[in-house]
Amino acid sequence: MLARRQWLFAMAALLPILAIFAWVRFYPIEETLRMSLHEWNLISKTRPFIGFANFQELFGDELFLTALFNTTVIAFGTLAITIPVGMGIAALINYRLGSRLAGVFETTTFIPYIVPLVPAAMAWKWIFDARLGPLNAFLSLFGISPLSWLFDPVLSVICVIVLCAWQAIGYAVLIYVVGFRNLPTNVFEAAKLDGASGLQAFWHVAVPLLRPITLYVSVVTLISGFNVYAQAYVLASDAQGAPGRQVRVLVLDMLENSFRNYRVGYAASEAVILLAIVLLLTLVQFSLLRERGAR
Amino acid sequence: MTVVPTEAETRPLVAEPSAPRRPFSALNLVIDIVLLLFCVLMLLPLLFLISNAFKTPQEILAWPPTLIPHDPIVSNFTAVLTTTPLLRWIGNSALFATLSTICIVATSSVGGYIFAKFKFRSLHAIFILFLATAIVPFEIYMIPLYFQAQQLHILNSIWGLLLGYMVMGFGIFLIRQNVEQTIPDELLDAARIDGANELAIFVLIVLPLLRGALAALAVLAFFQAWTAFAWPLIVGTTKDSYTIEVGLALFQTGFTIDLGRLSAASTIVLVPSVVLFAILRRNFVRGITATGLKE
Repeated sequence: MLARRQWLFAMAALLPILAIFAWVRFYPIEETLRMSLHEWNLISKTRPFIGFANFQELFGDELFLTALFNTTVIAFGTLAITIPVGMGIAALINYRLGSRLAGVFETTTFIPYIVPLVPAAMAWKWIFDARLGPLNAFLSLFGISPLSWLFDPVLSVICVIVLCAWQAIGYAVLIYVVGFRNLPTNVFEAAKLDGASGLQAFWHVAVPLLRPITLYVSVVTLISGFNVYAQAYVLASDAQGAPGRQVRVLVLDMLENSFRNYRVGYAASEAVILLAIVLLLTLVQFSLLRERGAR
Repeated sequence: MTVVPTEAETRPLVAEPSAPRRPFSALNLVIDIVLLLFCVLMLLPLLFLISNAFKTPQEILAWPPTLIPHDPIVSNFTAVLTTTPLLRWIGNSALFATLSTICIVATSSVGGYIFAKFKFRSLHAIFILFLATAIVPFEIYMIPLYFQAQQLHILNSIWGLLLGYMVMGFGIFLIRQNVEQTIPDELLDAARIDGANELAIFVLIVLPLLRGALAALAVLAFFQAWTAFAWPLIVGTTKDSYTIEVGLALFQTGFTIDLGRLSAASTIVLVPSVVLFAILRRNFVRGITATGLKE
């Protein structure tokens, strides 16, 4: 009797939330999946089912392949900077935990993560600017001739990576500092008794113990890397907004196919591929964590 | 990479930490210097941005770039504020972020509580569904959601923006965790025996105990909406409906580039965000680390 009343209360409370989720999450996700299997154009009336034809076409589409390649490079490039720098800085902050400055360091490294992206990207855009930017001026001190950072197809990808890593590091440091704080101290004392130096203890004791955290930060960084858009949009659009010069990333390609070429079904199939990548990364994370837990 | 002009500025700051009574340690000093340099490097782009906002066009071009303008001017700010609807965009962002926060906190607190304390199998299935939406990135179902907004005729409005940010799958998860850890079943059962109805238990007992977690979630939700980019970009196409992030990004493409004004506009967005973060830092960090420390 009591259980029944509780169940009724729970359902009554959940119903509106369930309705909102159905409306703004379940339904559009289902629509993405459905559209990806249809020839769904904005301008045509008929929207026939075409199976996996969109996906087949995607893997011959040079623009899409460029986008996929760039996005993958950005995601892994960001990861390659974020993890070692994040872990190293967190280790140093953890070492100085007693000092009054530790909090200042922690907060400061976190600021790039919380600032709105567009103004931050403006700052970087100026730094990378070919004519006015301090980066080229700085490099010229060493006799390096000015590079057009934001217009060269390779360099502009590097610029996006730098911006992404600059933001991601703050997050990584924060998570790692908590990770270091939660490490059992007796392991380190044992290592010290065995004659390990601080650096050895860090490398052979802390790094392996932090593996679950590294895994977590890696997956989060990779997933947000695969969803990169605003960074590329702001950094690589110039005064005329010349689209040909933008760093082509997945989300950009998707929006262009949908709103410029009116090929919504085709864009949806790109979204499905993005989803598959994200799910794969999440799956890898869970299975690695489980494997660890079993041991 | 070293940054020559800043080293001089960091020096007076370094002198401080060696002052305390703690025995002098060369290693600690070296670590502090490394961390300070790193922090300065992280903040430098933002500091230059703010500095550029106060510079004359001539000084912006000067090498080496000055961190403190020789004769600061405010005309960049007055020009930006009089020629662009910057304040309107900030207002849009603030309203959007506030409404989104209210919706997310309301749905997450109810949902999280129900899922934590009402253990019915049917509810658990729904919870798994909600959690699954937290893994799917917004970009995946953004396009179908756009067409939903179009059908409702709420494009170019706050309501259109809100449609994408009404719920947060992760928020429900966060509150559920919190309820499980901090609110014992006995407390609720005691209230039930005393004759309190379910609604009263939630409002009078559960909500007050969740204050900290809800504050953390609110800050997270607010910043998420405040810094949103892709969704506001496609939903808002009229100048009056831009959020600050979109307005700023389009400001640079739509107008002739004037670095001073661009920096001033960016500063107007940046500074309040950082101040807000500084005030809410504790809540923010709590929310962020909660994501990393589940397991």
